[in-house]
Amino acid sequence: MSAFVAAVSPIHVNAVLFYSFAAIAVSGALGVVLSRNPVHSALFLVMTMITMAVFFLTLDAPMVAIVQVVVYASAIVVLFLFVIMLLGIDRHESLATDARKYQRPAGAALGLLTFIGLVGVAVGNWELGPQTQSGRAISATRTNPVTGITEHDNIRPLARTLFTQFAWQFQVTAVLLVIAVVGAVVLARRSARPTSARSTSGAGAQS
Amino acid sequence: MNLATSVTSVGPQHYFILGAMLFAIGATGLLLRRNAIVMFMCVELMLNAVNLTFVTFAKALDDSAGQAAVFFTLIVAAAEVAVGLAIIVAIFRRRQGVTADDIDLMKG
Repeated sequence: MSAFVAAVSPIHVNAVLFYSFAAIAVSGALGVVLSRNPVHSALFLVMTMITMAVFFLTLDAPMVAIVQVVVYASAIVVLFLFVIMLLGIDRHESLATDARKYQRPAGAALGLLTFIGLVGVAVGNWELGPQTQSGRAISATRTNPVTGITEHDNIRPLARTLFTQFAWQFQVTAVLLVIAVVGAVVLARRSARPTSARSTSGAGAQS
Repeated sequence: MNLATSVTSVGPQHYFILGAMLFAIGATGLLLRRNAIVMFMCVELMLNAVNLTFVTFAKALDDSAGQAAVFFTLIVAAAEVAVGLAIIVAIFRRRQGVTADDIDLMKG
């Protein structure tokens, strides 16, 4: 814990940064849940995700922060917005009327119970100290061969972990992505006559 | 560590509590909302909260395996969104709506 705090010298600046961005993240999350319009929910989701990228920066994970902005806040939310606009389902959902009588209070109670349980785990007695003997430190200093300047590097240690220790899992996720893409195409395809598609693809192969 | 220090000096447990808060909000939204697309967004919120916890552990333990785990979460989330939104598009073509309560064909 003390090493974690000592990494940033102006402690109060860090606290102000954390609490203000935490407020933004939580209000964005509440906005996702409480907005009636799905488009507003998607925009609140962008807000929370970019705030999360700021937290990743404060946690010495710049690579993860960049990936968060590029993949989550851009690609995935654009996909959401694209489907919302494509289907035209941005009509307002009535939060007041509900067919099931006990669903809302039961859902809220379960959410509160989840929060209490998770906080109970979070404030538990964790043995948090830097375990440098694992050989997977999140940051490495290296001297730039061109400029000769010593710089902190996050990408190299992360890539070494990802491509050596988790290489097999990385290959499996590649298979998963291929399956997901094929599945998405099969699901979203219209069940129309495939003859016109075949003729156009044949013309494309010839040219 | 007394109360004033634990408020002003931000440690891993602050991030854990924030992650718990975001996860609980996402779970509550998943249970309360009936629009399938908003339910998906709540799932993304929960995955993001888990990512925050992973990166916090990576920092606290000085172990980049936590950051590597974020990449796997990200890939699974992307695959889930692609297939899930395709399912939503397919349902919308048939039923002109994506309210979760209407999709009860397999209800016993």
